[in-house]
Amino acid sequence: MKNLFVALAVLLACSQAFAVEPSEILDDPVLESRAREISKELRCVVCQNQSIDDSNADLARDMRVLVRDRVRAGDSNQQVLDYMVSRYGDFVLLTPPFKASTYALWLGPGLIGILGIFALVNFYRSRSKLETASGAPSQTVVAGLSEDEQKRYDKLLENDQV
Amino acid sequence: MKRFTYLLPLAVFLVIAGYFAVGLTLDPKKLPSVLINQEVPEFSLAPIKGSDRGFSSADLKGQVSIVNIFGSWCYACLAEHPVLMRIKEQELVPIYGIDWNEKDPDAGPAWLQKQGNPYSLVGDDPDSKAAIAFGVTGAPETFFIDKRGFIRYKHTGPITVSLWKQTLYPLIEELRKQ
Repeated sequence: MKNLFVALAVLLACSQAFAVEPSEILDDPVLESRAREISKELRCVVCQNQSIDDSNADLARDMRVLVRDRVRAGDSNQQVLDYMVSRYGDFVLLTPPFKASTYALWLGPGLIGILGIFALVNFYRSRSKLETASGAPSQTVVAGLSEDEQKRYDKLLENDQV
Repeated sequence: MKRFTYLLPLAVFLVIAGYFAVGLTLDPKKLPSVLINQEVPEFSLAPIKGSDRGFSSADLKGQVSIVNIFGSWCYACLAEHPVLMRIKEQELVPIYGIDWNEKDPDAGPAWLQKQGNPYSLVGDDPDSKAAIAFGVTGAPETFFIDKRGFIRYKHTGPITVSLWKQTLYPLIEELRKQ
């Protein structure tokens, strides 16, 4: 039983693990937490879907060290990010910036959602309009029928009902 | 007009499918370099072991040259190495080397000893300082520099003979005329 607890404790401790190696960590906890914050925003350009904070790739480690060097040298978070963007382009940011070339990316889903809501509202509106026009909500109006034909059609449907 | 509204979802689908069809054929490893037509980033690299001269951005001014990022650990670099050796033998253009990410400082020099050294100068870049400045994502990568010291072209991956003859050497001749 005791062993089980130890095993669980070890597992929990492991889940906290990240790619940052002890030798990289800065002595100043404030600077270190800023470096971690920046690292989480930067894409590892080798593995591409991990941040450099998560990645074990050599280049990611070197980028983490560079981030720490710059933070220690007095750069603001934005200045560090800007430097990386000037080398690798917007791709290096895990959150794409909001600008002309990314409007479709940021606004597209919302726009399609709004169009969908409009289409839905329109659909239900026109349906209820048709229902009130025919008088009885259960009856359907078939487009293109003359008045006589519509009467005959309604009668047929009535006869059909048990 | 109303008759065709039922085709609208199909049209939307075709547009999205078109984007995906193009997007899926692109190689996500090939990132466009933001450094094209920009000045070479400033760097100053120490010499590799056994050499007394390093390599810095100042060496690139005043001539058309190419900068090649390589490493003894990099198999694709081995593949392009004979092409680089031929460029050196025929004195087509000076090649500068950045020996990137060597864990062992002896590994790079030993590799060049064995394979031959096509580089005019080699800088040691064990902690990726210059590699990150160049926006490098993997080796080999080769940058083409004009006389003003501006980056004009970047090639990702090994240089092949046909690529050299058809694209890269004509580019160098073009840069020399400017």
